[in-house]
Amino acid sequence: MDFDYTEEQQLLEDSVSKFLEKNYTFEQRRSIVASRVGYSATAWEGLANLGLLGLPVPQDRDGFGGGGIETMIVMEAFGRHLVVEPYLGTVVMAASCIATAGTDEQKQYLLPPILEGKMKFACAFTEDGGRYDLDHVATTAHMDDGQWVLNGSKSVVMHGAVADLLIVSARTSGDVNDRNGISLFFVHPAEEGVSGREYPTYDGNRAAEIGFENVRISGDSLIGAADRGLPLIELIADRAIAALCAEAVGCMKVLNDATLEYLKTRQQFGVPIGRFQALQHRMVDMVMQYEQAKSMALLAAVKVDDADPVERRKSVSAAKELIGRAGRYISQQAIQLHGGMGMTDELNVGHYVKRLTTIDTLFGDADHHLDRFAQAESAQPLNVTAFERPRAKWRRI
Amino acid sequence: MDLNYTPEELAFRDEVRAFVRDKLPPQIARKVIEHKRLVKDDWVTWQKALYAQGWIAPGWPKEYGGTGWNPVQRHIFEEECAAAGGPRVIAFGVDMVGPVIIAFGHPWQKERYLPRILSSEDWWCQGYSEPGSGSDLASLKTRAERRGDHYIVNGQKTWTTLAQYADMMFCLVRTSTEGKKQNGISFLLIDMKTPGITVRPIITLDGEHEVNEVWLENVEVPVENLVGEEGRGWTYAKFLLSHERTGIAGVSRSKRELAFLKHIAAEQTQGGRPLIENPRFRDKISRVEIDLMALEITVLRVLAADRQGRPPGPEASILKIKGTEIQQALTELMMEAVGPWALPHLPDSWGDHWLGERVGPEYAAPLAAQYLNFRKVSIYGGSNEIQRNIVSQMILGL
Ligand SMILES: Cc1cc2nc3c(=O)[nH]c(=O)nc-3n(C[C@H](O)[C@H](O)[C@H](O)COP(=O)(O)OP(=O)(O)OC[C@H]3O[C@@H](n4cnc5c(N)ncnc54)[C@H](O)[C@@H]3O)c2cc1C
Ligand SMILES: Cc1cc2nc3c(=O)[nH]c(=O)nc-3n(C[C@H](O)[C@H](O)[C@H](O)COP(=O)(O)OP(=O)(O)OC[C@H]3O[C@@H](n4cnc5c(N)ncnc54)[C@H](O)[C@@H]3O)c2cc1C
Repeated sequence: MDFDYTEEQQLLEDSVSKFLEKNYTFEQRRSIVASRVGYSATAWEGLANLGLLGLPVPQDRDGFGGGGIETMIVMEAFGRHLVVEPYLGTVVMAASCIATAGTDEQKQYLLPPILEGKMKFACAFTEDGGRYDLDHVATTAHMDDGQWVLNGSKSVVMHGAVADLLIVSARTSGDVNDRNGISLFFVHPAEEGVSGREYPTYDGNRAAEIGFENVRISGDSLIGAADRGLPLIELIADRAIAALCAEAVGCMKVLNDATLEYLKTRQQFGVPIGRFQALQHRMVDMVMQYEQAKSMALLAAVKVDDADPVERRKSVSAAKELIGRAGRYISQQAIQLHGGMGMTDELNVGHYVKRLTTIDTLFGDADHHLDRFAQAESAQPLNVTAFERPRAKWRRI
Repeated sequence: MDLNYTPEELAFRDEVRAFVRDKLPPQIARKVIEHKRLVKDDWVTWQKALYAQGWIAPGWPKEYGGTGWNPVQRHIFEEECAAAGGPRVIAFGVDMVGPVIIAFGHPWQKERYLPRILSSEDWWCQGYSEPGSGSDLASLKTRAERRGDHYIVNGQKTWTTLAQYADMMFCLVRTSTEGKKQNGISFLLIDMKTPGITVRPIITLDGEHEVNEVWLENVEVPVENLVGEEGRGWTYAKFLLSHERTGIAGVSRSKRELAFLKHIAAEQTQGGRPLIENPRFRDKISRVEIDLMALEITVLRVLAADRQGRPPGPEASILKIKGTEIQQALTELMMEAVGPWALPHLPDSWGDHWLGERVGPEYAAPLAAQYLNFRKVSIYGGSNEIQRNIVSQMILGL
């Protein structure tokens, strides 16, 4: 057992931190959030130059070849800086999805533009009425004349409107909540019949409602095997969750540091408020929650790469559940201990609270993952090697 | 012991219910129930309807325009108004400065200000907190120096709720720096149109403009606007803080929110079933409901003691702590109930005149902001930590 970073991981941590300290200060982030597109082209290019856009892509595909721990390192730093770039969808989800389950052609055509920062992705899995269930898929896809035809809609697709290519789950057989019969497709947002509407989310990010009306896409747009997409979706979602757990830990760290500092400097009744034992104990509880959260983010980062899906799903859901609770506690206490100041838009505290609160909602809240944890033993295994690889030629986008 | 309403109390309830049904404009009620943004007009409209009925200030003595209701009647009144979606009567005039003026004010102050409070002609704000003086309110520094027949006021107030609408501010100022800090504080009534007053918005984390900074630079306040005696302001302020005991728990409003929570949880689905049938979520709702039932009885017990003439005491702190914890739990559960639909942030859609498209169910749109906004209730009006200090010191003798 070894809890230390390797030299390479330490280097990664240093370079991403240094980059964000220079390019993603709280004030810079404020203007990025307020900008028209809601992300920073400069920062995105910088991430490309650092090689971070290829983080989960194997080295033989010119990527960084990182796993869960490397993702954790990057996402924790993103959490400390409240990064609003479409990184989760593009890199943690899409790039790793393509690297895991894509055909040779898909890898060849899609990975290089991701690495170079020329192509952004969004994963459109969730639907109205489905809450957090990834197997709730009412959007349909059927084969017609060698093409797939998509109908339906996706809701609250994070960064959906800035994506150059969407990864969409659609039902190719079965009923709305069947675990079988779901497939994954690449869909170009400019395709005829795709409609979208972008809006801000309260944490400073953007999301979109996306509709598909008789959208015809080529036969080779399928990712992995038809009808058997759910295990892949769950794997990709688990990677996203592990990454979000790390991001949450980064947010918690900033909140705890800020609160501790405030307890030492804010004076009332002639003393720093940190002299009141009620607040001391509260702060200790916040620190304990943080330490527990950090441990679980670490566990999730390691186990997300576990070949055994039961092991993976248990650890990832356990982490998301605990981090949901810890994030709630730390958020509420950070505001409370800052008094009126904690309620302002001016102070950074509220912004970290908003992101932590959002993270609990993304990919299932604490309650959802409590259920999933308890039911993890009955998971459906993912057999990557059994994916049928479509042979058709992939079209360059 | 009898926990039921008497026939007279039931008849009174029907009377209030009928009034609210007739006089509360449905578009205002809808905004309140659905957590939409209220504007000044909405509050004033409802307050004027209550005024016309003679019900605007149930807590005041009858000779000043009160209703003469007993505490149970007042409780029933609050229940009915809240359940139907009546906006809260803005507390600063009727519940806060009004009783102080009645108890300690000069006859001319009563004559001038009380009718204008009742009729909503003046909107009041509360100038207590300062940047350096929150929980430690008695350390406040805003100076008022006597010059002839005026006080010259200099300093800064902060977190002043809805001061952007205010015509008048009741303000704690320091008139002396000698002796105990509590003894140098005076209570002034300040016209917000006086030269030297600047109101600057503070935007809160939910993006709303509800609180303000109020800067006072050489503001001339006539000496006749001093309430009671110079140097006794702290006593009046404390009187004010302990005066309003029943509303503080917010039981009636929480009941309305609980009903709305159940409505949402019945609409939202999980795995094709209503969320409210999910045992995990249903249990959470039930637990808050049980807490709320207990709090209601606790409030009524305090009211009953009140009726027997016991003076207001620190049990108000218990009502405040428990009441705000329940309010916060309800906002939290509402946000949780809508799941991903809590995320879209379209604040324009919470106001009047929104013609744009919505994202997700209409009821979901303001819920995250509401959750964030309600973090305030455990901070203001004496933070819940300060309330616990009061209980441990005043009730438990620790
Ligand atoms: C089952 C058991 C086994 C034990 N075994 C051993 C042993 O093997 N060897 C040994 O030496 N002792 C042993 N102890 C004694 C133990 O260490 C003491 O009980 C402990 O230190 C608390 O002291 P006390 O019982 O006098 O309680 P007190 O010190 O009187 O404390 C009473 C309460 O006040 C709280 N309190 C006290 N000071 C503060 C403060 N400054 N701030 C906030 N809260 C405070 C405490 O947390 C506690 O809740 C044992 C006790 C138990 C119950
Ligand atoms: C939305 C909102 C509206 C408001 N409206 C008004 C208004 O209209 N008029 C007005 O005058 N004021 C208003 N306030 C101010 C409010 O009364 C103060 O915020 C409150 O008194 C706390 O003061 P503070 O913000 O300076 O926090 P601080 O007093 O600095 O407190 C910071 C933290 O320390 C804790 N703390 C402080 N002292 C102790 C202690 N002795 N023991 C344990 N814990 C302690 C507090 O509980 C808090 O958690 C409003 C505040 C908010 C947030």
